[in-house]
Amino acid sequence: MPGGVARKVEDLRLVNLTKQFGGTKAVDDLSITSPAGSFFALLGASGCGKTTTLRMVAGLEDPTHGQIFIGDQDVTELRAFQRPVNTVFQSYALFPHLDIFENVAFGLRRRGVKDVDDQVIAILELVELSALARRKPSQLSGGQQQRVAVARALINQPDVLLLDEPLGALDLKLRRQMQIELKRIQSEVGTTFVHVTHDQEEAMTMADTVAVMNAGRIEQMGHPAEVYELPRTIFVANFLGQSNLIQGMKVSTGDVVEVSANGLGFRIPSKRNVAPGQSIVIGVRPEKIMVLDAHDESKLPAGHNRIYGTVTDVSYTGVSTQYLVETPWGQSIIAFEQNSIVGDRCELGDPVVLGWAPEHTFGLDPAEGLNAGLDHAVLELESDTEA
Amino acid sequence: MRWIRQHLIGAIAIVVLLYLFLPIAVVIAFSFNNPESKFNLSWNEFSLDAWTQICGVPGVCSAFVTSVEIGLISTLFATILGTMIAFALVRYRFKGRSSTNLLIFMPMATPEIVMGSSLLALFLNLSFPLGPVTVMIAHIMFIISFVVVAVKARLQGMDPRLEEAARDLYASPSATFRYVTFPLVLPGILGAALLGFSLSFDDFIISFFNAGTLVTFPIYIWGAAQRGIPPQVNALASLVFIAALVIVLSAQFVAWRKRKSLSVR
Amino acid sequence: MAPVVPVASVTTKVAQASKQRSRIAYLLLIPGLGWLAIFFVIPLVTLFMTSLQAESASKPGTYVPGIQFSNYTDALAEYWPQFVRSFVYAGLATAFALVIAYPLAYFIAFKAGNWRSLMLVLVVAPAFASFLLRTYAWKTILADDGPVTSGLNALHLLPDGRILNTGIAVVAGLTYNFLPFMVLPLYASLDKIDYRLIEAGNDLYGSPQQVFRKVTWPLSMPGVVAGTLLTFIPAAGDFINAELLGSTKDKMIGNVIQTNFIEFRDYPTASALSFALMAVILVMVLSYIRRSGTEDLV
Repeated sequence: MPGGVARKVEDLRLVNLTKQFGGTKAVDDLSITSPAGSFFALLGASGCGKTTTLRMVAGLEDPTHGQIFIGDQDVTELRAFQRPVNTVFQSYALFPHLDIFENVAFGLRRRGVKDVDDQVIAILELVELSALARRKPSQLSGGQQQRVAVARALINQPDVLLLDEPLGALDLKLRRQMQIELKRIQSEVGTTFVHVTHDQEEAMTMADTVAVMNAGRIEQMGHPAEVYELPRTIFVANFLGQSNLIQGMKVSTGDVVEVSANGLGFRIPSKRNVAPGQSIVIGVRPEKIMVLDAHDESKLPAGHNRIYGTVTDVSYTGVSTQYLVETPWGQSIIAFEQNSIVGDRCELGDPVVLGWAPEHTFGLDPAEGLNAGLDHAVLELESDTEA
Repeated sequence: MRWIRQHLIGAIAIVVLLYLFLPIAVVIAFSFNNPESKFNLSWNEFSLDAWTQICGVPGVCSAFVTSVEIGLISTLFATILGTMIAFALVRYRFKGRSSTNLLIFMPMATPEIVMGSSLLALFLNLSFPLGPVTVMIAHIMFIISFVVVAVKARLQGMDPRLEEAARDLYASPSATFRYVTFPLVLPGILGAALLGFSLSFDDFIISFFNAGTLVTFPIYIWGAAQRGIPPQVNALASLVFIAALVIVLSAQFVAWRKRKSLSVR
Repeated sequence: MAPVVPVASVTTKVAQASKQRSRIAYLLLIPGLGWLAIFFVIPLVTLFMTSLQAESASKPGTYVPGIQFSNYTDALAEYWPQFVRSFVYAGLATAFALVIAYPLAYFIAFKAGNWRSLMLVLVVAPAFASFLLRTYAWKTILADDGPVTSGLNALHLLPDGRILNTGIAVVAGLTYNFLPFMVLPLYASLDKIDYRLIEAGNDLYGSPQQVFRKVTWPLSMPGVVAGTLLTFIPAAGDFINAELLGSTKDKMIGNVIQTNFIEFRDYPTASALSFALMAVILVMVLSYIRRSGTEDLV
């Protein structure tokens, strides 16, 4: 970092962390480790407990049970102003009565640092705001305020930097820009970043590790690609991107699990299956599916899983074409086709065959129900159109 | 027709404002009158006597000074007590919140004459001597509620994340209060104090019941109304009015300048 | 790796902390609430006790503790006209103030633009000039030979041929004096209305009258309730306007309480009237608030 202080980088560990508000558990027995120097994203819908978790780490909320470690230090009992943790707040919480310089210097001054000028100027250079040091926060644009909030936290060289929906207030274009900017700053300073967001795309583009949270618990945690390619619960399959889910029964097990569903047979490598019993939900991501005219079924590689149906909707989105295909048993399957194919696209009403490799299939436990992780608003809309 | 419809409400608004200021114009104008009789009710001739000899009538200036003193002391105490209550209401959870709210609301929903007479009943029963102390006790009592309401509004309008941000940035609870909370609430407290002072300075009914022989500025005017109000009283009241207006308008002007400098960033 | 220890102690620590926090709350509350209890609540109790006192048999003109409820019936029997008049005058003044204040508050909230804060200052500003002097100034404005009275007389609009020393002057004075208390709450609640709702109303209903009746007025109800209370209550207890602008036939209950307390020193009668005024206003206010469904006025 400019200013040139070698910092120690610490990991963050939450052990059996629980927070109860009245009768409801906002955070339920959470144990996670965010490795030193990683960019860790807590992803979930609003009310899933991600912000409460972050506030407990910051010391703004006391846990009901459990412990928080930064490196080897147990900080559970420390109060917010005693913890080596700083936060970039949702909507920034910049002090309106102080200018940018004083906002950034706030933490240093409270710790009794005498000469703050060099450090403040250096950090403002890092976020490219040196020219605006004497402005008041209200005179800055949203993106600038966001960078001040990051600088104000980072200047204290925290062991862990917490970001609470830091880009939520920005418009889409600026958000993309700031994602790259934050990533750059993180790799420059090397601090452990813990980032809370409801935006799955943001989590996937920025983080090294994504933890998908639901109802106070972690559903699945791992590298973004790994979580996306191989979701382990229906919630994750639906919440992170889109999935087609089909209910079926196992026919045989072995290296490959064979499944019968709606009179069709499907194959899943058994290491991609987590359903413990006979009944199973098989899933596939829309972009893994090939859409072929029914006459061209022979072009599908042998061994591919396949479904027959009729095209009920085609929408051209530029990079891809999205198909809705209705199966004989009345389910709608969604498929994305890249627009790199030369020749005709399938059209409305065409009989088609959908095919995908068994290695792109995943098997899930049906216990939580097929709608877990879907947006409630979307569900209502769907039931309206059905009725 | 359309033009009239669009500007009708604006025209009414301006007429209402003029109506509000009509008596004040009379008060100021009659400070320059040289009344024929004792009663300064009809215009005679222009004179600067009331302004050049503003204390020229016995008792006017001492009543004025008494009111300023009582106003300052009452405001100071009421602002401190009211601000403390406002902080407790906004920042803490405690049992008895609704009875606290009721106790603060009641003085505002009680006619002044009831408050004034009931306090007098208390002081009479205790044989407590009436004077500046009883007047200040009364003023502090009825100002507190207004301070609570004003400061509470300011506190509630403050983003709680600002204080959390301070705690997150190594500010102890006392440093958070000193560097973040207090500076942000201060305009609200100052506004409440200005309101409190103007309520105290102008209070007649409650003071009248509890003043005994003490003469505040409004009590002086009340007494003078029976035998004729000297133009010096008008001059002093005009002075107060103009001073208060200048204070408030310059505060407004500063805020306006600030806003303007924001919009041309 | 540090060992994982059970942390039941955290729970008790939190409970202690919140207990400590509520102790701070009481420390902050006690001085101010104590002041209100001693100098607002206890005086009301004293007032009630005084209202029941009986005249001393041995020393006429002094009063001894008693339970003489006839003080109330006697006082009301004698002064019911002033009592009723107070509520009529206050009611009229409140109604006029509402009609006058609404357009001004509406203009400030929706049309004033950059002038908004200046106009708010102008609404409050009259309070900086002495209440008594402003009321006294109406004596000049409404004088029998003044332009207002002559103008209205020329149109034969005045039953007595004059304004000063009539009930009209008293109601006019009350309306004027408490007008800012009507404007400010009205403004506050109009300001909270999203102007797009009114525009949507214009879009859907068409007629401005209907939009006002169905959209603006219902949404401004909290302000109407607060404003009418803040105008009615002080007006009902006022005696300055009746004293300065009215004749002896226009006296209100405030005048009666004032003279009985301070000039006649008939403390039980004055206290009974004062307490009765308080009780009637309280009952009216509570039923009014309940009916209009606006319970959070503080």
